[in-house]
Amino acid sequence: MPTLTKTEMLQNAAGRMVPNRVNGRSQTPYLGVGKYRPSGRKAAPPISIIADYPANGDKRVADLETALRKCGLRDGMVLSSHHHLRDGDRVALMALEAASRIGVKDLMWFPSASFPSQQGAIELMEAGVIDHIEGSMNGPLGDYCTQGKMRGMGVLRSHGGRWQAIQDGEVHIDIAVIAAPTADPFGNCDGSHGKSACGSLGFALADSIYADHVIVVTDNLVPFPCIPWQIQGNNVDCVVEVDAIGDPTKIVSGTTQITRSPDRLRIAEFVAFFLRDAGIMRNGFSFQAGAGGIALAFVSYLKRMMRESGIRAHFVRGGSTKYLVELLEEGLTDCILDGQTFDLDGVRSIANNPRHVATSPFTSYNYHGKGNFASMVDAVVLGATEVDVDFNANVVTHSDGRLLHGIGGWQNCLAAGCTILAVPSFRDRIPVIVDEVTTLCGPGELIDVIATERGIAINPRRQDLIDAVRNSKLPIRPLREIKDEVERICGGKPARPTHTDRPVAVVKWVDGTVLDTIWQIDDLADRMT
Amino acid sequence: MSGTTEVAARRTGEAGHCGAEIRSDLHVRVEPRDRGGIEIELESRVKPYYGESIQRQTEDVLEALGVRHARVQVHDEGALPFVIAARIEAAVRQAGLGQGTRVLPDQVALRPVSARDRLRRSRLYVPGSEPKYFINAALHGADAIILDLEDSVHPSEKDAARLLVRNALRAVDFLDCERMVRINQPPLGLEDLNEMVPELPDLILLPKVETPEQIVEADVRIATIKENYGIDRTVWLMPILESALGIENAFSIARASANIVALTIGLEDYTADLGVVKTSTGAETLYARQRVVNAARAAGVQAIDSVFGDVGDMEGLRAWGQNSRAMGFEGMGCVHPLQIRVIHEAFAPTAAELEKARKIVAAYDEAQTKGLGVVSLGSKMIDPPVVHRALKLMARAQEMGLLESKDKK
Repeated sequence: MPTLTKTEMLQNAAGRMVPNRVNGRSQTPYLGVGKYRPSGRKAAPPISIIADYPANGDKRVADLETALRKCGLRDGMVLSSHHHLRDGDRVALMALEAASRIGVKDLMWFPSASFPSQQGAIELMEAGVIDHIEGSMNGPLGDYCTQGKMRGMGVLRSHGGRWQAIQDGEVHIDIAVIAAPTADPFGNCDGSHGKSACGSLGFALADSIYADHVIVVTDNLVPFPCIPWQIQGNNVDCVVEVDAIGDPTKIVSGTTQITRSPDRLRIAEFVAFFLRDAGIMRNGFSFQAGAGGIALAFVSYLKRMMRESGIRAHFVRGGSTKYLVELLEEGLTDCILDGQTFDLDGVRSIANNPRHVATSPFTSYNYHGKGNFASMVDAVVLGATEVDVDFNANVVTHSDGRLLHGIGGWQNCLAAGCTILAVPSFRDRIPVIVDEVTTLCGPGELIDVIATERGIAINPRRQDLIDAVRNSKLPIRPLREIKDEVERICGGKPARPTHTDRPVAVVKWVDGTVLDTIWQIDDLADRMT
Repeated sequence: MSGTTEVAARRTGEAGHCGAEIRSDLHVRVEPRDRGGIEIELESRVKPYYGESIQRQTEDVLEALGVRHARVQVHDEGALPFVIAARIEAAVRQAGLGQGTRVLPDQVALRPVSARDRLRRSRLYVPGSEPKYFINAALHGADAIILDLEDSVHPSEKDAARLLVRNALRAVDFLDCERMVRINQPPLGLEDLNEMVPELPDLILLPKVETPEQIVEADVRIATIKENYGIDRTVWLMPILESALGIENAFSIARASANIVALTIGLEDYTADLGVVKTSTGAETLYARQRVVNAARAAGVQAIDSVFGDVGDMEGLRAWGQNSRAMGFEGMGCVHPLQIRVIHEAFAPTAAELEKARKIVAAYDEAQTKGLGVVSLGSKMIDPPVVHRALKLMARAQEMGLLESKDKK
């Protein structure tokens, strides 16, 4: 008999107050980097027998409603989706709306990330179809959560943390709904072909392996076998054909644009010079950079330096874009290990170039495994919303505590040999370098370099990097000095916005422990002008 | 103090900009009234962090300007304090109040006055009504920043921009950049000087100069203001010639004041005056540019070229800059920070020039050591002007950071 346990707030190893229970499950507070050692065995779906499936391999059903009924959808279940179609995705809402028509309540929606175009989920929460979301929330969904309107608590996990949570049985997926740009009637899926091509399908892999039931939804049904396949049909219950799984214009951008902002270009160039001056850019090195404006500009500066000095990378990790594809095609890297594909050049490359490989959060990020790719990367360039004087960083909330971004692979990437956060020192009047981050997402001991337009700060823990750039012409400065300068510019320290004492979401660390809490904000409407 | 005539004379004052697309600025509306004290309505995208600070600053500025009763609406888009002060002051002045009072932000540490012949390879134009560009303008390594009150500022914004630029001169750290202001033509330009000169700009650009008398007028005004404020710091002048008449008077203009350190040319207006099309190679302005170089050298000041307007064409910019340098110009204007590095490269001596100069200077040093009157390199005798040019080139190269430590003395 479960006993009613009151949620208590405990102080974790980072000094943050976190709840001991989240959505009815007891939690382990963050213990420090590498301190939590779980035991036991991984989760697994129930045993299936082929007698329950058509011998001819044709698992097609009429529509999503039929598929969900067939998979035994009922109140309180966990329904998952992936976000490779980004803001263009239609499948997740299609599935949730089908569930609503069936009449079930209190679902937990478990997307690998949510997007503003999915704000229809708010109505379903208001109607009680969805109880809560565990996954990144931003835009209207982020505000809904931060205002405390969601009944359950939000749980924010990194891509690797989501795999870990599924694998460890922390989240049990009842039904996974997988949008597939190409699939066959058996359920094999591929993301690189079809009118809704999105490249890699790695975020859906855990769902396909660990969910009790798997529904594939495609708008490009091909005869068996779908070649190549990224998702194995052997894990799939039903296949549903629809007119469109998404809006192609929002799935990938035609071209990803480098920032034109001189300040941001300056930051990007600093980062590229830093890799050169610190000796990280050398033959056979590896790096990862995302698809943000600064990251793209960084890649373009780095590429020029690599070309000029005849240096070749062994591998680069995407988010792939045109800029990484150019590196590969010019022979400046041996391969691209791609977690998600952002533009048309990326999709074309992953479909045609055998050295452009789709990866998954399992290969790249899972912390409860026998190694992952993230720690093998020499340097990673990431963003952040805030950084504090101890190099701790925030990537999920605005300085006022409002949910702004998902964690993505950000936490997992901190394992790289050199982690660089490329950030402006202030945005509008709001300092990015602060005394204490609003929400802790990355422990400072894993963050090595902060590159701003006013100078580069190296974590004092990284004496090796400090020594390596001793003779560099780069403006290397103490982080506190940059912070003081920015506070002078901005007219003093910003006030700390207030929040209520009611937790509305938690941030998990890569090992499933609770790193920090997001608190309800009462006067959100008043703050957004 | 409650006469109806006085109330009628009062008007609402407005300054600045707000809206979803606006950053680092604010809009202020001041509605004076007879009683009821100060009532402030504040909207700000940084309200949770700086709401109280903005409220307090607004009250302080209004008090300093002697405004006791008014309804004030502040719609802030994350403006920095020096911008907030300037916008409030502009709105109050437009409402017909606060005349004769200057509400000044704290002065950041000033660097020493700039040298007459310092490097002026690049000068980055920053529109005087766009505060979002001010704060980081100096980070990009230009030799100078020009806060522009003239062509980049709409006529309706002149008064407000003047206060903004004045406050920027005090509150923004422009690092090692020379702090330049381009004022308007008289009579507006004289009002500009009244606000600028007390805040010690390094240099004033005078636009559309056609006669030496215009220089004298500005020079006298600057001298008067300096005297009134007890300032003894030099304010250099750079006239801009932008018409056929200006070009014809180039030499007398360049000699019109001892404070002139450089002469420059504005090609957009000049080609308009000629009625020709401005091209990216500049053949149509060759005469004018050579005339400027010659007049400047004759007057002992620097010749500085116009701007290259196509921000997307870096190779065109490079070619223009190299050609400029070959003609005798020492620098040019920039309309985007990305142009700065290309311009610096274009105006740098080539490796071959440096090598030759290095040899000549070494031969000169050797002759000096040996007490020889004649400098020779191999079998060739080197004339004094050649030695002089080599010494100057090496000195410039050192200022540009192009020399190895072994070359430095």
